[in-house]
Amino acid sequence: MPAILAAAQIRLRVHWSDRVGHVVLAGIALALAAFLAGPLIAILAQSVEGRRGEFVGLQNFIAYFETPALLDSLWNSIWTSLVATAVVVPTAFAYAYALTRSCMPWKSAFRTITLIPLLAPSLMAAISFIFWFGNQGVLKGWMQAFGIAQIYGAPGIILSQIFSVFPHALMILITALSLADARLYEAADALGTRRARKFFTITLPGAKYGLASAAMVTFTLVITDFGIPKVIGGNFNVLATDVFKLVIGQQDFPKGAVVALFLLAPALLTFAVDRIVQRKQTSMLTARAVPYAPKPSRGYDTVMTAYCVVVSLLMLAVLGMAIFASFVKFWPYDLGFSLRNYVYGIVDGGVDVAFFNSLKLAFGTAIAGTAIVFAGAYLIEKTRGADWLRPPLQLLALLPMAVPGLVLGLGYIFFFNSPQNPLNFLYHTMAILVLCTVVHFYTTGHLTAVTALKALDAEFESVSASLKVPFWKTFWRVTLPICTPALVDISRYFFINAMTTISAVVFLYSPDTKIVSVTILNLDEAGEIGAAAAMAVLIAAASLGACLVYLGIGWFVDRRTQAWRTSK
Amino acid sequence: MSSPQGEPYLRLEGIGKNFGTFTALRDIRLEVPKGEFVCFLGPSGCGKTTLLRIIAGLEVQSAGTIYQGQRDISALPPAQRDYGIVFQSYALFPNLSIYNNVAYGLVNRRAGRDAIRTRVSELLKLVGLSDSPAKYPSQLSGGQQQRIALARALATSPGLLLLDEPLSALDAIVRVHLRQEIRSLQQRLGVTTIMVTHDQEEALSMADRIVVMNQGVIDQIGTPMQVYREPATPFVADFVGKVNMLAGTVESAGRIRVGSRNFACASCGGAPGRSVRAYLRPEDIVARPIEAGDPNVIDATIDKIEFLGSYCLVRVTASDLQGQPLTVYLSLNYLSEMGLQSGSPLKLRILAERMRVFDA
Repeated sequence: MPAILAAAQIRLRVHWSDRVGHVVLAGIALALAAFLAGPLIAILAQSVEGRRGEFVGLQNFIAYFETPALLDSLWNSIWTSLVATAVVVPTAFAYAYALTRSCMPWKSAFRTITLIPLLAPSLMAAISFIFWFGNQGVLKGWMQAFGIAQIYGAPGIILSQIFSVFPHALMILITALSLADARLYEAADALGTRRARKFFTITLPGAKYGLASAAMVTFTLVITDFGIPKVIGGNFNVLATDVFKLVIGQQDFPKGAVVALFLLAPALLTFAVDRIVQRKQTSMLTARAVPYAPKPSRGYDTVMTAYCVVVSLLMLAVLGMAIFASFVKFWPYDLGFSLRNYVYGIVDGGVDVAFFNSLKLAFGTAIAGTAIVFAGAYLIEKTRGADWLRPPLQLLALLPMAVPGLVLGLGYIFFFNSPQNPLNFLYHTMAILVLCTVVHFYTTGHLTAVTALKALDAEFESVSASLKVPFWKTFWRVTLPICTPALVDISRYFFINAMTTISAVVFLYSPDTKIVSVTILNLDEAGEIGAAAAMAVLIAAASLGACLVYLGIGWFVDRRTQAWRTSK
Repeated sequence: MSSPQGEPYLRLEGIGKNFGTFTALRDIRLEVPKGEFVCFLGPSGCGKTTLLRIIAGLEVQSAGTIYQGQRDISALPPAQRDYGIVFQSYALFPNLSIYNNVAYGLVNRRAGRDAIRTRVSELLKLVGLSDSPAKYPSQLSGGQQQRIALARALATSPGLLLLDEPLSALDAIVRVHLRQEIRSLQQRLGVTTIMVTHDQEEALSMADRIVVMNQGVIDQIGTPMQVYREPATPFVADFVGKVNMLAGTVESAGRIRVGSRNFACASCGGAPGRSVRAYLRPEDIVARPIEAGDPNVIDATIDKIEFLGSYCLVRVTASDLQGQPLTVYLSLNYLSEMGLQSGSPLKLRILAERMRVFDA
């Protein structure tokens, strides 16, 4: 063989139409390099620089560990995240178990209710808990009877995080529990196995990867969340609020970079574990598995229903309090109906501008994000050539999932604020907010697109090439129409997240590009918690409206492009 | 496509393909004249599909040159080659109607609307599906989808038609029917065709010539009859059709000894005493006519009769051949006429001139 191998590698000439694909692919890779890799590298660089930009090695890290206050925050972050995780994972597991493994009624209602937290910024929970248990909270006495002096601090943070992270853990666990092979349970029944033993020998081992993944995701979301500790943390410092104080308050960029790296670490770890877990989970279920269908059992179904009712009521209580408080005249003295909070928020708080900015951001992200993500996924999955470009691009597409918003936003400051950066002109514009948000939520969109594309016959492109049809024609006539439902999903995901995000954009907005979710923080700081609640409700309403519009679009798109699926 | 006399339409010279350290194809040489129907036949993993994809430009060969109609296409991208292809999955565009699927390659040629319509209906008639141009692929049966894929591949009148296991996704009856349909279509159009298959019956019934491949190399190129009657290697003898394998030794040039018997056999050479294997088809061992004094008649005992309909697969032990087992086809009529059943003795005549002998 050596003689053959020694001969020059044969390479196909590249058709000009493929060349177009390579250029777009390279463009997307370049954009991700500039708007993801660049900022991350800037953080790494910043963490080993002194205040005047000189190289100081690990000096900043040493200084960090010599500051007791900062070390306290590190510990606070870790233990509150652990407690929240320890509560969320079992609660969500039981809830997911009820949804997937029982015959209880109203399943879709139970499922929908738990999605509510996703419609508003995470800090809405914090605002709501202030109304429940805060200094003037309705149930403050109950809380104190349990020996908790005040909600501000660890208790508030943990409670709010539990509420806002619940849907994320639940979705992972539902997926894990619905991947059950009925044949295992039938075999166990045939052997006369009791219920508890089946649970511990089949159900739990089957869901272990999902449990691990849910725990990691919960921990990461909690430790990197910024809005909740900002609103309800009081004097209780955590990493996320430290970053903000160090960078925005004290302009101590190097130390801010060090803290950001601490936040990046668990997220990267989660990301790595999650990738491994997913690979194992999908390989567990073979194509021949028979899906599990629960059988009715009155006592058990009743218990499960009762449990879900309790959890759902708690969720509704959190949401309901925010809505109620937003319409109250003067909390807690005059509980009459009033639009004062809305008027104040919109007129005095300048939310009218911010609201339009939020919509602009959401539309911009939904459109630009969907286009970039789908084009990228398509070119990676379905085109040929430029092979050296593909592995780094794939990594860049998955990496955003491992980067907390706070870290990304900080990286943007370091990277784009630098006068030497030719992209400096973007700083403080709406464009950078859109780009940052697209990058922040890139991975989920990318994975959705890849899944949809992988479902298509791999030979469409080969057939087109043999018929001398350039790839974009097939993309336009075949791939895109078939994938429109996925496109609608991706676009909705971008829209809702752009409406509710705080963590990355809080570093990047300017007075002209302020968005609603950020104004909530400002209102809260100004003591206008009623108006803050009103604005959170406003976001939730806008998100809900967007969901309904997307539902309509989805229905319309299905009729227009998916007729071939149903016609028989 | 005019090629001078004797010049092959497709020529592969020394095609090799490595995936890392694994050699998928080694030094493949093949010439296909214009209008010929060639089958690449071999077990899965023998490299036949890889070779087809290299011809299509969907894989890149590690070494070697490909000429199509005297044009060196070795480094051309698929879009610059001249072929139509049908995949195992058909890869019909599910969201386009039958009409639009077939017209897919025509639209790009800037042909007029009417010209396209005429061509599509011509093609649909050709594959016998003119009545449902507005349907979606999912509304058709597997066999019908197959024909649409064929029509789409033929729409632009390519010089070469590539078929990648086109029948393997169909059920047995449709498969047999479509075999003949594809074959007669190919003959009518005179399009040079290469089909990849692992089904030897398919290859034997359809091809002008069969390329038998094994582990990345070509074992034999020949007409179906040559491949069946004169297999070039033990692999070919074993893979194509049923075969009996007898262990023996060379008696002298042109004679082979098996057990206590020896047979005249043209393909048997080498030094006396060398151990060899003789390959013999079941139909080359016959029960009648047997004449007294025929040197090639052996005594055997029936072990087992497998009923297949008008013929039975009969396993026998030949005491003359050291008790080596043999499989023969005997007609049901003969078996009942002679009252044969398991344990019955019978005489069989070996058509020794059909024997193929290879080194052990």
